[in-house]
Amino acid sequence: MSEILWQILQHVQGYIYPNEVEVNWSVLIALYPYITGLVAGAFIVASLERIFKVEAVKPTYRLALLTALAFLLCAPLPLVAHLGHPERALEIMMTPHLSSAMAGFGFVYAWYLMAVLLIELYFDYRRDIVMWSQEVGGIKGFIYKILTLGDYNISDEAVKADNKIVNIVTVIGLPSAAFLHGYVGFIFGSVKANHWWSSPLMPIIFLFSAMVSGIALVLLIYIASSYIRGVELDRACTDTLANYLLYAYLLDLSLEFMELAHLFYTQEEGIDAIRVLITDKLFWTFIVIQVFLGTLVPIFLLILARTGIFRFNVRKWIYIFVTTLTLIGVFAMRWNVVIGGQLISKTYLGYTTYIMPLFGPESLSLALAIWILPFIILAVLIKLLPPWEHPHEWEKTETE
Amino acid sequence: MVSRRKFLAVIAAVAGFASFKRRVAAQEPVEGYDWNRHKYAFVVDTTRCIGCGRCVRACKIENEVPMKPFYFRTWVERWVWLKDEEGPKVDSPNGGFDGFPPTYDERMISKSYYVPKLCNHCDRPPCVQVCPVGATYKTKDGVVLVDEKYCIGCRYCIQACPYGARYLYPADGPRETRRNTADKCTWCYHRITRGYKPACVEVCPVGARKFGDLMDPEDEVRKIIEERRVQVLKPDMGTLPQVYYIELDSEVR
Repeated sequence: MSEILWQILQHVQGYIYPNEVEVNWSVLIALYPYITGLVAGAFIVASLERIFKVEAVKPTYRLALLTALAFLLCAPLPLVAHLGHPERALEIMMTPHLSSAMAGFGFVYAWYLMAVLLIELYFDYRRDIVMWSQEVGGIKGFIYKILTLGDYNISDEAVKADNKIVNIVTVIGLPSAAFLHGYVGFIFGSVKANHWWSSPLMPIIFLFSAMVSGIALVLLIYIASSYIRGVELDRACTDTLANYLLYAYLLDLSLEFMELAHLFYTQEEGIDAIRVLITDKLFWTFIVIQVFLGTLVPIFLLILARTGIFRFNVRKWIYIFVTTLTLIGVFAMRWNVVIGGQLISKTYLGYTTYIMPLFGPESLSLALAIWILPFIILAVLIKLLPPWEHPHEWEKTETE
Repeated sequence: MVSRRKFLAVIAAVAGFASFKRRVAAQEPVEGYDWNRHKYAFVVDTTRCIGCGRCVRACKIENEVPMKPFYFRTWVERWVWLKDEEGPKVDSPNGGFDGFPPTYDERMISKSYYVPKLCNHCDRPPCVQVCPVGATYKTKDGVVLVDEKYCIGCRYCIQACPYGARYLYPADGPRETRRNTADKCTWCYHRITRGYKPACVEVCPVGARKFGDLMDPEDEVRKIIEERRVQVLKPDMGTLPQVYYIELDSEVR
C-alpha cells in the first residue's frame, strides 16, 4: 500500500489535509452498495407478482427471489474483506454501538436474510421440496429431506397456509428491502463532513438506483437462463419488466437531477470543488458512463422499444444491451459516490487520486472474485431449487 | 555555520528523543488520576507559530506515528495571501515536518501565517457517533480516544471527521498493536494524565500551542478562552471543537 501512496502523492492537486492522500474506502466499498442494491431491486421484482399482482412477471418471481438470496449471501463479503481487522467483524453484532449507522447494518441484514428472504423462500418452495424429496435420491434427495425441515404435509390446506405466510412475509419484506438499501444510502448521506455525500436524498437515490439495477439484473438473468435452457422467452414478462425498468429509471433520473440541481442552486461552500470533481475528476465515470451511457441511452432505447416499432427479436437484443449498460451505469454511480467523495478534500482546496491495485487486499481481482461469486451461488441454487414456474414436473403429470 | 533551521531540527530531535525515552504505554490508567476533575482544552495562537515543525516531529516520535508523509496526528499549514490574487495559497509539505521552504517572493505576499492542526477533541464528535463498535470514545475529561484492541478498521470515523485528523495506522507501522486501526491525536493522554503537557506543546519554542484544564480557574488556557476572541475550525459542522484558535482567519478550515 505504501508504494501506491507514494505514487498517489505525486498526483495530489491543490491542498488536501495530509491524512487525505489515501482513499480509505476502496473499490470493495463501491461494490458493497452495488450488491445490496441488486438484492433490494431483485426482491422488489419478486414483490411485483406477489403484492402488486403483476401476473405478467410471474416467470421471474422465484428467479428474482433466488437472485436476491445469492447476492445477499455475498453482500457482507466486500465489507469484511475491507476491514483492517476482519477477525473482529462480529463485534458489530456482538457489541454494537447503536448510534452508528454502520452498526445497524448487521441487524438490518440479518433481519432481511433470516426473517424475510429465507422464510419466504422456504414457504414458497415447501410443497416442491417435499415432492422432490420423495422423487429424487442420492445427495440431492438428502438435501431436499433436510430442507423439508421434517414437515411433509402438502395437503391443500397446508399449501394454502404456506401461500398466506408468503404473502405476509412479502408485505413485510418490501419495506425491509427498501430499508436495507435506503439504509446503505444513509451511511453515506449522513456523513456531514463530506459535501458530495451529505444529502437527505441519498437514501432515496440509492433505493431507486437499486430498483433500476435489480430489475435489469433479473431481466438479464431471465433472458440468459432462457437461452441456456433453450426455451422461448415469455414476451409479456420480458416487456413488462422492461417497462418497469423504464419507470424506475425515470424516477431515479429525476431524483439524481434534483440532487445535483440542489447542490448547484444552493451554491454552498465547496461548490467550486464539486464542479471540478464532476467535470474533471469524474468526467468519464460520471458524465460519460453513469449519466450518458448508463442512464440516458438506456432510457432512450427503452422508450424506443416501447413504441412497438421493433419485432420482439430486436427488442430482446435491445433489452440485453440496455440491461448490460444499466448494470455498468449503476456500478459507476456507486463508484462516483464512494470513490468520488473521497477524491475531493475536506479542505475544498484540492484532490487526491485513487489508484486501484490489481492484486492483493482491496484490489480489482478481489472485487471481481466477489462479484462473480453470487452468480456461482445462483447457479447452484437454481440447480437445487429450479425456479421455473410453469409447469412443475408433477403438475405436468397431473394435467396430462 | 549551522543554519537556524538545522539548529532547530537538532533541538527538536533531542527534545523528541528525550520525550520518547520518557514515554509510557499510551492510555494506561494512572493511579490516583480522576478524570472527573479535569476538562481539557487546547489553544493555538496563529500569531505566534513560526512553522518550525518541531511539534510535528515531537508528536511523531512521542506517539510512534509512522515517519511517512501520509500519517499525521498533528501538522502545520502555511496560509499565504498573495497581492492581486483571490483566495489563499495553502501548503503543508510533509505536514510541516521539515519546516517550510521559502516558496513565495516576499514582496508579493500581502499576509501569511502558519496554522497548526490536530484532533479537535470535539464535544459532539462525529467520529464517536459513527464508530460501529464503540472503539472510539470520549473520556470524561474531554479527550477522544481510540481503543486499538477493539477497533475493527472500518474507517467510518476517518470519513466522518471534518478535519482530516484521523488516519489508518499502516500495517507496517512501528507499533504492532495499533496496526490497521484508526489513529489520531490523543492530546498525549499518557502524558497529560500524569501532569505533563502534550509533546507538541512541550517543544513549541514560541508558545503557539497551549494546553490546559478548564476546571482550573488559574489555568492560562481557560483565561484565554474566557478573555480573548477565539475561534474554532468549521463551527458550522456543529461538532463543538475544543481546540481554540487565537486570531484565526475565517477562510481557514
